[in-house]
Amino acid sequence: MEELTNLFHGFAVVLQPFNIMVMFIGIILGVLIGVLPGLGGANGVAILLPLTFTMSPTSAIIMLSCIYWGALFGGAITSVLFNIPGEPWSVATTFDGHPMAQKGQAGEALTAAFTSSFIGALFAVIMITLVAPLVANFALKFGPAEQFSVYFLAFCSFVGMSKEPPTKTVASMMIGFALAAVGLDQVTGQLRLTFGFESMLNGFDFLIAVIGLFGIGEILLTIEEGLSFKGGKAGINPRVVFQTWARLPRYWATSLRSCLIGCWMGISPAGATPASFMSYGIAKRASKNGDKFGSGEIEGVIAPETAAHAAGTAALLPMLALGVPGSPTAAVLLGGLLIWGLQPGPLLFVEQKEFVWGLIASMYLGNIAGLIVVLTCVPVFAAILRIPFSIIAPLILVICAIGAYTVHNSVFDVVLMLVFGVLGYVLKKCNYPLAPLVLAIVLGDKAEETFRQSLLASQGSLTIFWANGLVGTIMALGLIALFWGAIQVGWTRLRLAASPASSGRA
Amino acid sequence: MAENTQSADAGGPSQRAVEAGVALGMVGFALVVIVGSLQVGIGWGDEGPKAGFFPFYVGLIIFAASVINLLQARARIAGERLFAEWSALRQVLSVVIPTAIYVAVLPWVGIYFASAVLIGFFMRWLGRYGWALIAAVSVGVPLAFFLVFERWFLVPLPKGPIENLLGL
Amino acid sequence: MERKIVAWGLGLGIGAAIALAPIAASAAWEPTRPVEFIIPAGTGGGADQMARTIQGIVTKHKLMTQSMVVVNKSGGAGGEGFLDVKNSKGNPHKIIITLSNLFTTPMATGIPFNWKDLTPVAMLALDEFILWVNAEKPYKTTKEYIEAAKAANGTFKMGGTGSKQEDQIITEAIQKSTGAKFIYIPQRGGGAVAVQLVGNHVDSTVNNPIEAVAHWRAGKVRPLCIFDEQPVHYDEKMVDGMAWKDVPTCKSQGLDVEYLMLRGIFMPGGVDKEAVAFYVELFKKVRATPEWTDLMKNGAFNTTFMAGDDYAKWVAREEKRHEELMKAAGFMAAK
Repeated sequence: MEELTNLFHGFAVVLQPFNIMVMFIGIILGVLIGVLPGLGGANGVAILLPLTFTMSPTSAIIMLSCIYWGALFGGAITSVLFNIPGEPWSVATTFDGHPMAQKGQAGEALTAAFTSSFIGALFAVIMITLVAPLVANFALKFGPAEQFSVYFLAFCSFVGMSKEPPTKTVASMMIGFALAAVGLDQVTGQLRLTFGFESMLNGFDFLIAVIGLFGIGEILLTIEEGLSFKGGKAGINPRVVFQTWARLPRYWATSLRSCLIGCWMGISPAGATPASFMSYGIAKRASKNGDKFGSGEIEGVIAPETAAHAAGTAALLPMLALGVPGSPTAAVLLGGLLIWGLQPGPLLFVEQKEFVWGLIASMYLGNIAGLIVVLTCVPVFAAILRIPFSIIAPLILVICAIGAYTVHNSVFDVVLMLVFGVLGYVLKKCNYPLAPLVLAIVLGDKAEETFRQSLLASQGSLTIFWANGLVGTIMALGLIALFWGAIQVGWTRLRLAASPASSGRA
Repeated sequence: MAENTQSADAGGPSQRAVEAGVALGMVGFALVVIVGSLQVGIGWGDEGPKAGFFPFYVGLIIFAASVINLLQARARIAGERLFAEWSALRQVLSVVIPTAIYVAVLPWVGIYFASAVLIGFFMRWLGRYGWALIAAVSVGVPLAFFLVFERWFLVPLPKGPIENLLGL
Repeated sequence: MERKIVAWGLGLGIGAAIALAPIAASAAWEPTRPVEFIIPAGTGGGADQMARTIQGIVTKHKLMTQSMVVVNKSGGAGGEGFLDVKNSKGNPHKIIITLSNLFTTPMATGIPFNWKDLTPVAMLALDEFILWVNAEKPYKTTKEYIEAAKAANGTFKMGGTGSKQEDQIITEAIQKSTGAKFIYIPQRGGGAVAVQLVGNHVDSTVNNPIEAVAHWRAGKVRPLCIFDEQPVHYDEKMVDGMAWKDVPTCKSQGLDVEYLMLRGIFMPGGVDKEAVAFYVELFKKVRATPEWTDLMKNGAFNTTFMAGDDYAKWVAREEKRHEELMKAAGFMAAK
């Protein structure tokens, strides 16, 4: 119960008027960072840093953590409106979020996305509050083999569910793996597939591929089909938030499942990206409307957003307790700690109680503040789609170009983005699914790295992947997910054959 | 997506040909990956699997899948189905070509000036807006980006002679 | 408004004397744009921790009128960061902090880069390396540990940062010196390496002190010996009455391996002397702050400072040494 006392003390600290003001500044900056690809958390820290030295470390970290919340919320905006995910974990949000916007339901999609983010994050914060020490120990159980099994599960629960021909899905995913392999091999420290080009050294960044394939590709598809965004007919409806809220409770099972997946992925340091894909894949299988996923189903927005944000939040715990940030944005917070001479680690919770509980309290309140800020803006965001295509298209092109350029400050990446754009258009018209390609680019090198680290440790023996209960269970779950379709068919047959009477128990 | 199967008089490349082309391109890509992997070694070295081990098999799978796709493109797709009409493709190119020019001149004229021209071009050519509005948007937007990126968030973007002239 | 608050803090703060210095020397060169501070490594590692602390110090004490933006460019074992600085010839608003990958990355990968493409500014400190084991393990001394490693017959796992970099060089040297065989498992950053040790996924690491200190103080890991010719002098008790100075040298424990790593600052090539002088002065001021002293103490750094020709000569010697080490280990890129 000491924790709760500390937490309430933390609330008292955060709720000072000055800290509330600081919170809103952080949120608004964060949303801006999330919306514009090309602005990263590092930039936010750079401009806020001088300001933060005029306040207490607690106020300062509240401000920085609110940048984090703002950026998390902001990532969904461009995914829904323009099919451009600014962060890896927003990719799955585009699958149903953007079709919803095209159907004129941008307001609903955004409301669902923001609310789900909030619920996911809130669930994770509650978990952090209640079981922080246990959770940190759980994170320690993940060595290379366990980490690989998590990536394996993410891939398995996502493939095998696309409507496209399997050979096209495989080709698309493997191209993603091949692109992810370009650059420096982490395990041997050797350059590969660069063919002597300096600009290939950094490999293919996810952001460039996604801006091209999704963002530019979408513009090309739109212009081919006639010059307008289909979202143009959406009216501005200030009540859309409440109307959507009324629909949300019926998806409570999806939300709860996604929260659990997210927390788990956040703690095992796999992170928010596999969480969002996994949650989307499982929701698609579990839902009655599974076959409508991808055409603008609200559940397809809820699942990835909830999981991504539960994971993003839960990942802060290993960062505080172990000093390993799970994402570039979490690294911003880590940087904040170091700047104030606070060393993350197991003792942070003992030696810097006021600070840690202030931070956790700010997670609760920052989240609420963030939700209020973004929800009030929903009608405004939705109205962006009313801007005529001939104005918004070049704007999107410019934003994409800036985003691609800033990844490595190189014009080569902008060229690459355009190439990916044309490729995205052609592949989509040829019925190749793009999501597996993107998933493989994001997770490919990490999956390969952990796979090889495991094999190194086991001296080449594959038994390391079922050497203990944890890794064995995750691998088994992965296999079940992979062959889910076949299992379902088999199960139905078996049941019909065994006893026709039991069919009432569906 | 492919509603444009009829109206053959407008014409266009056939879906079959484009799909075959894509599959062939992937075969080529697979070969590049395989060659690159062989260069760094695909066997088992001191450090476990060598650097090319994983991409080599990825390359093989792409190769196999693309060959199947190639055969299926011939077998399964009706010959008369169009990928897109020429007029639609012209529209697509009307975006791709200006954007390609935009990307090509970026390093020399700077991103702000190039963006202003790109926005102006699209508004005039696709939207046929009045010059006053075009001027407002095409100058205002890069200016806003300049303020946000260079001044506020301190992100340096490519700049050209105009910015130098203005001493920015 | 914000400026005013900061200015007030500046006037009242302890750094007043330091902060006024640049005004006095107004004729000298000063940054006119934000300074980009590049880290050729990932977040959470030793270089990252030092750079971000410096960012904090510079901002807090107002050592510079312009702001400092820290950017991680860890692609290609830091090659991304080094090539970026190399290609910014003549740009005085860019500095980079180095680790040993300044030498090892071009050697191991063959990317077209050499430290001579950069302008040496100053050595900030030398980073120590320590042999760490999990605190639950029975071995209390280096000898016991090496015996156990030998008995394990090549199944002991050594965790380290990156491949063909400092950690693997040290591992290689340990193998040569003792005859024990290790499986070297590369991770992305020093922070992750330490966590793998705490989770018992590797048997030992050669983390920098700063990367493992938090886990040491929590009683999760145990330092066995330090790869330096003499113990460090920091005598503040960290845990169980033990201080950094109580960690014996590896040599004294029968493990004849020494390795120190440069934490230094470089600028792009072709910059003006005045600009270099500005940064040398800047880092002298940084080193005079209490926050820096804390960092040095916490991370058991060797606080040697060098600038100018001394520094350049030292770097040249160090490059030679690394070339020998890399050749001996067979880590050089195939030509």
